[in-house]
Amino acid sequence: MGRTLAEKVWSDHIIHEGEGLPDLLYIDLHLIHEVTSPQAFDGLRAAGRPLRRPDLTVATEDHNIPTVDVDKPIADPVSRIQVETLRENCKEFGVTLFPLGDVEQGIVHVVGPQMGLTQPGMTIVCGDSHTSTHGAFGALAFGIGTSEVEHVMATQSLPLKPFKTMAINVEGALPEGVAAKDIILAVIAQIGTSGGQGYVLEYRGSAIRALSMEGRMTICNMSIEAGARAGMIAPDSTTFDYIKGKPHAPCGKDWESAVSYWETLNTDPDAQFDREIAIEASTLRPFVTWGTNPGQGLPLDQVVPDPKAVSDPVERAAIENALAYMDLRPGQPLKEIAIDTVFLGSCTNGRIEDLRAAALVIKNRKVADGVRLLVVPGSTRVRIEAESEGLDQIFLEAGAEWRGAGCSMCLAMNPDKLAPGERSASTSNRNFEGRQGPGGRTHLVSPEVAAATAVRGTLSAPTDLAEA
Amino acid sequence: MDAFTIHTGTAAPLHRSNVDTDQIIPAEYLKRITRHGFEDALFASWRKDPDFVLNRPEYQGVSILVSGPDFGTGSSREHAVWALQDFGFRVVLCSRFADIFRGNSGKGGLLTAVIPQSAIEELWEIVEADPSIPITVDLQERKVHVGEFMCDFEVDDYVRWRLLEGLDDIGITLEHSDVISEFEKNRPSFLPSLG
Ligand code: SF4
Repeated sequence: MGRTLAEKVWSDHIIHEGEGLPDLLYIDLHLIHEVTSPQAFDGLRAAGRPLRRPDLTVATEDHNIPTVDVDKPIADPVSRIQVETLRENCKEFGVTLFPLGDVEQGIVHVVGPQMGLTQPGMTIVCGDSHTSTHGAFGALAFGIGTSEVEHVMATQSLPLKPFKTMAINVEGALPEGVAAKDIILAVIAQIGTSGGQGYVLEYRGSAIRALSMEGRMTICNMSIEAGARAGMIAPDSTTFDYIKGKPHAPCGKDWESAVSYWETLNTDPDAQFDREIAIEASTLRPFVTWGTNPGQGLPLDQVVPDPKAVSDPVERAAIENALAYMDLRPGQPLKEIAIDTVFLGSCTNGRIEDLRAAALVIKNRKVADGVRLLVVPGSTRVRIEAESEGLDQIFLEAGAEWRGAGCSMCLAMNPDKLAPGERSASTSNRNFEGRQGPGGRTHLVSPEVAAATAVRGTLSAPTDLAEA
Repeated sequence: MDAFTIHTGTAAPLHRSNVDTDQIIPAEYLKRITRHGFEDALFASWRKDPDFVLNRPEYQGVSILVSGPDFGTGSSREHAVWALQDFGFRVVLCSRFADIFRGNSGKGGLLTAVIPQSAIEELWEIVEADPSIPITVDLQERKVHVGEFMCDFEVDDYVRWRLLEGLDDIGITLEHSDVISEFEKNRPSFLPSLG
């Protein structure tokens, strides 16, 4: 019988297998950042173990660093110690690090692909759940905890139970103004935040094939929000074109052997998935979350749901809790929800194409009075590229803040936070209670919706804007 | 890691679903570089509410958490496991756990036992009727019992074995160092490296 993409990559990495035991998988690339690594380095030191493959390990500073005054020492002493600890650990164990101020610095899931380190058929891990992003290249990539980080450091491998496989078939053409983000928010709303649990999701179909690598990364990024540890898309010419010429892309003969291997990385026609989901792209509309988990979303032209209409008591309580936290009432049109802050950035939507899409909407328009628009490029390279295209000027002229690269308000570990009770439209991936600052309220949206919302001050699609 | 065979303790009912790791431990506490000392961070924002279950006098000293479905969703932060353990929890009972959280728990020695939502609701009733009632979680037998109530729980066989033996994963893997080296010899040359 044929095999799925995920099964092919899995079996090419089995070092050891045994009856009743997890498979031991080889890890091709280990990405590291300041937050989930210090305890793992301590563990290595305590056991007197070396880091097995520093050459397959790369670190960046992203989660907790500031996005202003990046040339000055970090003001928050606790953050500073964490970043300094990463620097010392990387030095001691011989790991390449892209520190704050380096041209290669940025969010770990933006840096890997832009350096060409992320390639089809690889196994990639990081102590961060959005490692699923790299699956857009046909890699098997997933987030791990700190104990597993230490395990990979020590052994360049991980013991794992095989995942089940789920196909997400998205066929047809996306309507104008509907983005990759809207596809994935619709998928999560359909299968729920635990629908993907135990599975690798493979996104397939003509609507997926038509997406750029940036769009594919947005989709795979949020696989974890559907409960799946990994999401994948079979590599094709879009993938190869993106990788070609990147600093770590294979060259010459290696490029040819790489491509001939990569071309085998797709699901065989007779392969069986454990579950299949179908979505018709032409029916999708701009999407927004109204609640406190990423599955609580609806098309933007709908109204806030009524918990009374739901019979399952657990589900009803979840909606009631979410509405109380979000300060929304049933029946309220989503487009009437006024927001204070718009956050454009993160590993979901902080790439050059995302900034271009938002800039196109906001060009020659102004951010609404009383609204703050924070634009945080996903990496320093993205920032430089955007500046070379004049995107920074478009945002600044509209009244936005143009920042340095990092995770920023996606998780609010640095000073970029919502105040209690403040409401954001955010291109990030999590709308959990307090995710963007204690007491803050988050609506997840695409870059296009974020930009239109900044202009109108209420949740809006670009089509809601008057001619600029 | 300490071995886990059987545990008896009191329990707290958590009437929430989708308890994400940002609730278990908010990001601001992740700046610390130690593996311990996170007890103050556990459910930090919910604990500001004096009525939150862990603030109530009758639930002081609990070691078992009985939660609604989908516990541990979201971020991969293992700090969530450390915070639960530092607070005193040895076991979380739930009908469904998020994958990464569950994996992290197994590594750190926190038992995540899966029982049906109907059993969770029975336990909520029992515990709320008498918060001081001791609950026994037996990993050898895979059973939860309290008074007349008894139910089987699910746990991964391999995780169970490691917990019972108190084994360290890295030690187990390092026994295969030779096969890892053998595998490395055959990796294609086109793969990226920072060396
Ligand atoms: S941008 Fe957000 S989701 Fe992505 S790695 Fe940073 S904190 Fe995590």
